[in-house]
Amino acid sequence: MKPDDQKITWVKEPRLGLLGRSYLLLFLQGLTTTLRHFFRRKKTVQSPEVRHEIPDPLIYRGVHRLNRDGQGRVKCVACFLCATACPAHCIDIVAAESPWPDREKYPQTFTIDELRCIFCGMCEEACPVDAIELTSLYDLSGKSREEMIFDKAKLLSVYDQTKDAEPMRTKRAEGGGGKAE
Amino acid sequence: MQPILEPLMKIAVLVAGLMTAAAYLVLVERWIAAWVQDRLGPNRVGIPLTKMRMFGLGQPIADGVKLLFKEQLTPSHVDRALFLAAPILIFVAAIAAFAVIPFGSAIPPEAFPTSWGITKPVSLEIAPNVDVGMIYVFAIGSIAVYGVVLGGWASNSKYSFLGGMRSSAQLISYELPLGLGILGVVAVAGSLRLDIIIEHQAQTGVWNLFTQPLGFVVFCVAGFAEAARLPFDLPEAEQELVGGYHTEYSGIKMMMYMVAEFLHMIAAAFLIVILFLGGWHLWGLTGSGDATGWIEVLLRVIVLLAKVMVVILFFMFARWSWPRFRFDQLMDIGWKVMIPWGLVNFVVVAAWVEFGDQASRLLRLPGEWSMAVVGWPALLISWLVITVLDPTAKRSDNRSTVQRP
Repeated sequence: MKPDDQKITWVKEPRLGLLGRSYLLLFLQGLTTTLRHFFRRKKTVQSPEVRHEIPDPLIYRGVHRLNRDGQGRVKCVACFLCATACPAHCIDIVAAESPWPDREKYPQTFTIDELRCIFCGMCEEACPVDAIELTSLYDLSGKSREEMIFDKAKLLSVYDQTKDAEPMRTKRAEGGGGKAE
Repeated sequence: MQPILEPLMKIAVLVAGLMTAAAYLVLVERWIAAWVQDRLGPNRVGIPLTKMRMFGLGQPIADGVKLLFKEQLTPSHVDRALFLAAPILIFVAAIAAFAVIPFGSAIPPEAFPTSWGITKPVSLEIAPNVDVGMIYVFAIGSIAVYGVVLGGWASNSKYSFLGGMRSSAQLISYELPLGLGILGVVAVAGSLRLDIIIEHQAQTGVWNLFTQPLGFVVFCVAGFAEAARLPFDLPEAEQELVGGYHTEYSGIKMMMYMVAEFLHMIAAAFLIVILFLGGWHLWGLTGSGDATGWIEVLLRVIVLLAKVMVVILFFMFARWSWPRFRFDQLMDIGWKVMIPWGLVNFVVVAAWVEFGDQASRLLRLPGEWSMAVVGWPALLISWLVITVLDPTAKRSDNRSTVQRP
């Protein structure tokens, strides 16, 4: 586009008033703004000694966990709804015949690639037995990519770690195994 | 021994002090930047290998070590000799300017034990009694421009080049108001020597700020521009020029640029304090004339350094208080506002030097105060005239008037 193109609208700089042109008011305004902020309470959180306060852990979308039922077994029934719902395709389930009488299948392996996960919470929404939930743990880190692929044991350990602070979100938590009947 | 040993000791103390000051001013700058932005800033680095944090006072050492051991990247497209020379040049020029800047008044020979054989007063200035004092500072300051221009040119990159071009135009434009700003001070004190300028203010008890506010404004603005501090930091302009003239520099060369920048700021603060804020003088505390003993010498050094620190803090606050000027605005302010103001100030001062005695008698005001009577109205009227006339206004849009074939 050339500078003399008809499509270009040339804007004239608006002229300031007398007060604005004197720069004095703007000078004081800038100085008072910085001084006000200088003495204001700081917003920095001294992590990791002080943790960020999460307003409502129940709706926070952090690291996943696999919930256990009353008998300490994994609640998941390997229905693949979460893996299907996942837009990032980060959930991988290998189903096997359940050793327990209250359900047909259970996950032999259940892995989530936390590096691929976008923490959208669709898996949690899709789960019919509330087996997968997102916790309020937000600082997950690892030394390798392999370390960031969470397997079933790791996901269950996240549950063990967070169950006291964040109880399961549904009534179905109680009782033997969800859809027992 | 005194003629050789004395300057060497002063140089050692000064260089060590300035390097430490520059390093710690980086920390102060970061603290102020953080506090102004509702953050806490660096507060973790303390003594290495211990848990002690000391409010982050170890940060400058960590920064220095990091920059020293960082990879020295020299791009293949640069002019090697000039690329290397530029940071050395700017660093040497920045530190050389301190040779004539007094850090206090002279220590009288009686203050030392007689066995030391000191007969002359020890001036707290590396090169005492240099009659061209101010001119020397200006000459050295002008050499510093070469560091920026050469760095921008040798880097052979468009960002560095733009930064170098901008700074050459800016620094050359603002030398004039800087010179005009001190002209009034020199005319009143009758000397270019910085210690005599302080002595003059101490004897009359009237700082030049009170008598020549216009000169103070001009000198301050020009000082900000010469130190390339915001709102006049166009040579660097991180957001537009990716760092400007030092875009291509890394490691210790980058550190030399950074230290030189802080030294410029310290030098500008010293000059503002010495020329306009009374140097080491504070009413009822430091007296005037030669110092009589250690206590008075120390008091004067402390007062001077405290004033310098206040000015430096203002420099740092200014950085976050006002947005950067556009380049055409910068040039307009330099040529159409600051130079006329500087000239007006000098005319007022020159008139006072000529007719001041009569005016003092007429107004029944002691000595210097009669100058404030003309100095402040001069400031107000000049400011008002510039506001009303608005010489920096854009009369048209920014369309290029160049006819293209």
